[in-house]
Amino acid sequence: MRQNATVRIDQARCIGSGQCVLAAPDVFDQSDDDGLGLVLIAEPPAELLPAVRDAVDRCPAQVVTLEE
Amino acid sequence: MTEAAVCPVHHERDHPLHPPTGFAEAVSGGPVKMVWPNGVEAWVVSSYAGVRQVLSDPRFSTRKGGQPEMRTDEGEAVLDPDQPGNINGIDGAEHMRLRRPLSRGFMVKRMNELRPRIQQIVDEHLDAMEAKGAPADLVSSLCLPLPSLVIAELLGVPPEHQELFQATAGDLFGKNGSKDEYLAHATKLAEVLTPIVAEKKAAGTTDDMIGLMANDTDFSMDELIFLCIGLLAAGHETTSNFLGLFTLHLFEKPDQLEVLRRDPGRADVVVEELMRYTVGQLGGPGLTRRATEDVEVDGVLIKAGDWVSVSLMANLDEALCPRAEELDLERDAVSHLGFGFGPHQCLGANLARAELQIGLRTLFERFPNLRPAVPVTEMRYRNDMITYGAAEIPVVW
Ligand code: HEM
Ligand code: SF4
Repeated sequence: MRQNATVRIDQARCIGSGQCVLAAPDVFDQSDDDGLGLVLIAEPPAELLPAVRDAVDRCPAQVVTLEE
Repeated sequence: MTEAAVCPVHHERDHPLHPPTGFAEAVSGGPVKMVWPNGVEAWVVSSYAGVRQVLSDPRFSTRKGGQPEMRTDEGEAVLDPDQPGNINGIDGAEHMRLRRPLSRGFMVKRMNELRPRIQQIVDEHLDAMEAKGAPADLVSSLCLPLPSLVIAELLGVPPEHQELFQATAGDLFGKNGSKDEYLAHATKLAEVLTPIVAEKKAAGTTDDMIGLMANDTDFSMDELIFLCIGLLAAGHETTSNFLGLFTLHLFEKPDQLEVLRRDPGRADVVVEELMRYTVGQLGGPGLTRRATEDVEVDGVLIKAGDWVSVSLMANLDEALCPRAEELDLERDAVSHLGFGFGPHQCLGANLARAELQIGLRTLFERFPNLRPAVPVTEMRYRNDMITYGAAEIPVVW
């Protein structure tokens, strides 16, 4: 069976821009403490993957990864 | 080998909404060296991939001093390279130290909470414009006051100082002024800001940006004051100019305006496409960086120490989207470079988005017959330093 896709954010280099939230609001949020990107759904269902790929592309710090 | 002639940077445009004459031809085909009015040479990078690379590769530093100047005349840089709190002129860990605590204040959630207040400001200004009657100047009626009121409130500047802020912020980075003039404006703002910051520090509040910076960071007083000035200035002319330029592009393209009119609910996607297109059509050179090591960009070796200027004309690169030279408001949002890219990407992007979406949507909902009172090509444009936009937009409805 196919492995689930996994989303990660490398918070060490995240600048809290929120571009991931704009691209895929169901999958990402920003922490109330420091504004950094948070992954809400680490293994998003297939229908959310296009938006996650968009987030990977838009993240200005290039710290969102999707392992498919 | 003989060096190719280095083409000078200029800012004259055949059409006010399109790139400087000959610029696209000069930069097509890869990084080219150009010479600035202040005599400094820099590589101009204008491909989508090249611009993303330069803006995100840590081997390109944003530290300034002796750079090709952003201003459009031969004058000197107004900012001291060691200015404390200059978030846009430092790299790496030093930059993250300033940037991180600010991100919280510009979170998407927080910007969404501001929307009702932004709507209220837009409504009040459009009410006033309607009451005064046509013709009106859109720049002074809406474009200029909106961002300056919003940023002053976000920072937590008391209402009695907001007028002074509005007047001075525009003079600060918006004009090709001398270093002395810049210092005089900055000193005036610092004099007003210092007691405000001190008061919030004493009260220990964190419910606005100044409070947050004063009480929840390790920023020094000098850093705090300059960050406030920087935020005021950065949030002011840019958003204002773009609201005006978006409207002018729509005036020039009635079929596109129709797309917004038909479905004002798509204002968010519409603003992304207008941002992509407008920034691309401004053309010209833009954000500057300096190579700290030899780096290859688009097949050209950029040597350590060379200056690089990225042109956001990259937004018109077919590598970003098909028919990239066309404004197409029906297109889905693409990953454009209108707010830059990399660690220095615009801190205020989500705020600017909210203001532009609400401003543009409400403008054409309130005045469905809004049109220019004189041809767009005959309006007066300002081209100073980092800003380009219409000085006045006379409209009727
Ligand atoms: C349409 C409006 C705006 C546009 C087109 C715009 C564009 C940009 C761009 C291209 C950069 C990147 C500079 C670089 O890479 O060197 C930038 C940075 C910045 N912008 Fe904006 N901006 C806008 C509105 C705002 C607003 C409303 C604010 C704040 C309230 C703001 C604050 C900043 C700050 C502080 C930086 C520096 C960030 C850093 O260096 O880490 N901008 N902006
Ligand atoms: S888009 Fe990237 S930099 Fe911005 S909040 Fe998300 S992960 Fe962080």
